[in-house]
Amino acid sequence: MHQYRTDMYEGMLAETVMMEGHRGDAINAYFARPLGPGPFPAVLLIHHMPGWDEWYREITRKFAHHGYLATSPNIYYRFGHGSPDDVAAKVRGSGGVPDDSVVGDVEGAVGLLRSLPYSNGKVGVFGTCSGGRHAFLAACRLKGLDAAVDCWGGNVVVPKEKLTPSQPVPPIEYTRDLSCPLLGLFGDEDQNPTLQQVAVLEQELKKHGKAHEFHTYPKAGHGFFYYHSPSYRQEQAVDGWKKLFAFFNKYLSS
Amino acid sequence: MCTGIVESAKVSGSGKGPRGWFKLDEVNVSFDHPFDASVEHSLNIDFVNHAEGPSLRIAVELTPESARKLVEAILTSLTRGEVQIGKDVTLTSQQLT
Repeated sequence: MHQYRTDMYEGMLAETVMMEGHRGDAINAYFARPLGPGPFPAVLLIHHMPGWDEWYREITRKFAHHGYLATSPNIYYRFGHGSPDDVAAKVRGSGGVPDDSVVGDVEGAVGLLRSLPYSNGKVGVFGTCSGGRHAFLAACRLKGLDAAVDCWGGNVVVPKEKLTPSQPVPPIEYTRDLSCPLLGLFGDEDQNPTLQQVAVLEQELKKHGKAHEFHTYPKAGHGFFYYHSPSYRQEQAVDGWKKLFAFFNKYLSS
Repeated sequence: MCTGIVESAKVSGSGKGPRGWFKLDEVNVSFDHPFDASVEHSLNIDFVNHAEGPSLRIAVELTPESARKLVEAILTSLTRGEVQIGKDVTLTSQQLT
């Protein structure tokens, strides 16, 4: 965690920017960074199924507050605009955002972050819920990421009958291609992923010799970081954030 | 959990949103995270008109128990209408399309 002193200067810039995403499409992204010359490590945040919402903006700023260049691309950009929940409902009704589109948007965002003159060149990826699944998927399908955090990503281990045209391949099948260390945070009461599915994923990571660190919290279900929902678990969330920042600090520092 | 469970159907009728009445062309029924309801999972119904964009949506998020009550209420009401009006119910449905 960032160590603050009461006499230190602190500044941050946070704004919406345009970036190049999948297939060169222009999409918008929320970007926050500490003021100063850097160099800073970067974290790319992949938003969850409820959309490109206030919580993701908040944690984008939280990463900047902790010394990271942070950007959250709007992976629902192509579905139109409105309130985050209206857009997310449209995506939900359309069968979800295509995996290829998300991976392409992440690739574009990584390029943007690395191109910045105040970047240290290291980029991590983070996501919760469907974004956790996407973080794992991106870390497998893209080369050059430095760390990945999957928070309770469901449908990484998924039976064939649940595959869809938008999500045609179980992400676990890409495990051999995982290109960076992975941190997984899960709750033992979650129904997707279940404890068994987490164990299956961890076994696959071990089989392929992939560096990983999994933590499963007791008395926590899906989304235990979400302070605005009944799923919030204060003690588990505080510890999860500590582990998450320690992990990124280990792999993204200059 | 993100269940990804969604069922869609083409529908005809009208809904009233923040900007007044509009024509409906589809309903999406999902069982997944709610945006607002204080439960982990809810039965979500979104009445939409694709041509009007994401913002024109009539949304409800119900507990499973409430959703079953709604289904029963709809079926009961439809049955009573069919008994009282007979084939006219079918005619009215056709006129809406």
